[in-house]
Amino acid sequence: MSNNLNKKFHLAENIFDSPDQVPARNGYGEGVVEAGEADKNVVVLCCDLTESTRNAKFKETFPNRFVEVGIAEQNMAGLAAGMAFSGKIPYMSSYATFNPGRNWDQIRVSICYSMANVKIMGAHAGISVGPDGATHQAMEDIAITRCLPNLTVIVPCDYWETKKAAIEIARIERPVYMRFGRGKIPVITTDNTPFQIGRADTYREGNDVTVIACGSLVYEALIAAEKLSGDGISVRVINCHTVKPIDEKAIIKAAKETGAIVSAEEHQVHGGLGSAVAEVVAANSPVPMEYVALMDRFGESGEPNELMKKFGLDSKGIIKAVKKVLKRK
Amino acid sequence: MAVTDTQIEYLEDMATHIREDIIIMLEKAGSGHSAGSLGTADIFSTLYFHIMKHDPKNPDWEDRDRFVLSNAHICPVLYATLAEAGYYPKKEITTLRKLGSRLQGHPHKGALPGLEASGGPLAQGLSIAAGMAMAAKMDDKRSKVFCMVGDGEMNEGQIWEALMFIGKNRLHNFTLIVDRNNIQIDGFTEDVMPLEPLKDKLTSFGFHVIEVDGHNIRRLIEAFEETIFEKPKVLLAHTIPGKGVDFMEFKPEWHGKPPNKEEAEKALSELEQLRSLGGKITCEHE
Repeated sequence: MSNNLNKKFHLAENIFDSPDQVPARNGYGEGVVEAGEADKNVVVLCCDLTESTRNAKFKETFPNRFVEVGIAEQNMAGLAAGMAFSGKIPYMSSYATFNPGRNWDQIRVSICYSMANVKIMGAHAGISVGPDGATHQAMEDIAITRCLPNLTVIVPCDYWETKKAAIEIARIERPVYMRFGRGKIPVITTDNTPFQIGRADTYREGNDVTVIACGSLVYEALIAAEKLSGDGISVRVINCHTVKPIDEKAIIKAAKETGAIVSAEEHQVHGGLGSAVAEVVAANSPVPMEYVALMDRFGESGEPNELMKKFGLDSKGIIKAVKKVLKRK
Repeated sequence: MAVTDTQIEYLEDMATHIREDIIIMLEKAGSGHSAGSLGTADIFSTLYFHIMKHDPKNPDWEDRDRFVLSNAHICPVLYATLAEAGYYPKKEITTLRKLGSRLQGHPHKGALPGLEASGGPLAQGLSIAAGMAMAAKMDDKRSKVFCMVGDGEMNEGQIWEALMFIGKNRLHNFTLIVDRNNIQIDGFTEDVMPLEPLKDKLTSFGFHVIEVDGHNIRRLIEAFEETIFEKPKVLLAHTIPGKGVDFMEFKPEWHGKPPNKEEAEKALSELEQLRSLGGKITCEHE
């Protein structure tokens, strides 16, 4: 296959064919069980959403390490902090709109200020939760977590990466926020794809422009890059799964070598990955930037693919942004 | 085990020392919360110098009892107690709220030995303490968890979330102390947002509730030592805000205000008199 995929990442062979479709949350559900097997201090707290947040397997495997909190996200954050202070490694789960949405103050003071070793799991993140509508579409969670000192923010791109991240975060002794979506998304990485917290991964080499994406938009970025190569545009694609601390080196290198950047994320335009990238670019190597994101409005009900299309959170939206940024180069 | 008069006198005297420290640190800081700090000094003396198993030389001792101050704005009483117990040098109390101090305006866990949690935004401490009690229960540990909340603080929804959780899990290693001083910033608790019948409410959540005079150390000890099988406990501690300093007692304006130099001198001379009387302060509820 004549693509420019970086071989060292061992991405799925069938990305441009018909990739497997698996919800990222399944990766979390399996990862947290493995983390639990590796360390007996791993515990899970959940707010009446055990099945949909994919905690059922952990509950079944470690019934004595699973804590049902009821619909009380604020209390859950404090409980998790207290358990962390007593040596546990709590993963606390709910939908991202509530966790970190509803319990942000508790995350700020009970967890981050005290460096509590709590893993905050935001499920059903992004607009692709679909028919539930704007109230349940977490499109601000990266912004409100990225601004908190001490907190690591991770947005994995697919099933495998979510699984690896769920395992890996137990090994770092600090608070972490990780978000993942509800629906099936293409599996673009493999069991062999290396994953390291804090390192942005250049999945595709290119010289004309860089697309820096996270979550579900990494796949769309790769598709967009392939299509653009047909127009003679060479696109670098970076999977920036760790939004904080962000990999400044990779971003500065991309700005210098390609001279234009497009960010892409399933999140509001303000405060998310795009803002994080822009902060690095503006301070170090200013180049034109365009943003693929939800443009400062609320979502609405619809099927996931309809919504992604409507709001331009797909390869088409990325292609448009790339062409626009190249005109400004 | 019966408590001797000498032990009681020691604890009363310690409470007076704690009150003196509070006055000194608040006057130097120039801001902070006087009334609640003074009002709970007897409870702190009882907890840290009689009830709790802890080791100031080894603050991270795994099997220690833990205390979490949820109404964290009254941290001067906690800082004073930790200094008296030997967690850090007492001369540091004059750095409260100053740049570079380990005694932050509201507690910062990790800044000072003996602080079990950060606090400030109300109700958070109760959930944290419940998490500690849950962890101890999971691991079959003997350590106990104590948590203080203010009565006004109980307006917060998170309090009731946490109480439900503690009741559900029958955290018998957990003791909640409600500082029932009837006052919050905007006035009397029963005018701002009525809590009564508070004892009934707490009982219905699965707690063993003991009403106690928060200034009677003998009664406090009895209440702390009373246990009911498999039930978490609440001490509904009736306290007088500003207790020990006549001109501060029951005056809402002293909630969030420090004494100036002159007021501090007056307060300290009152407290010294108290000490020369063997530390005995009158118990309104007796």
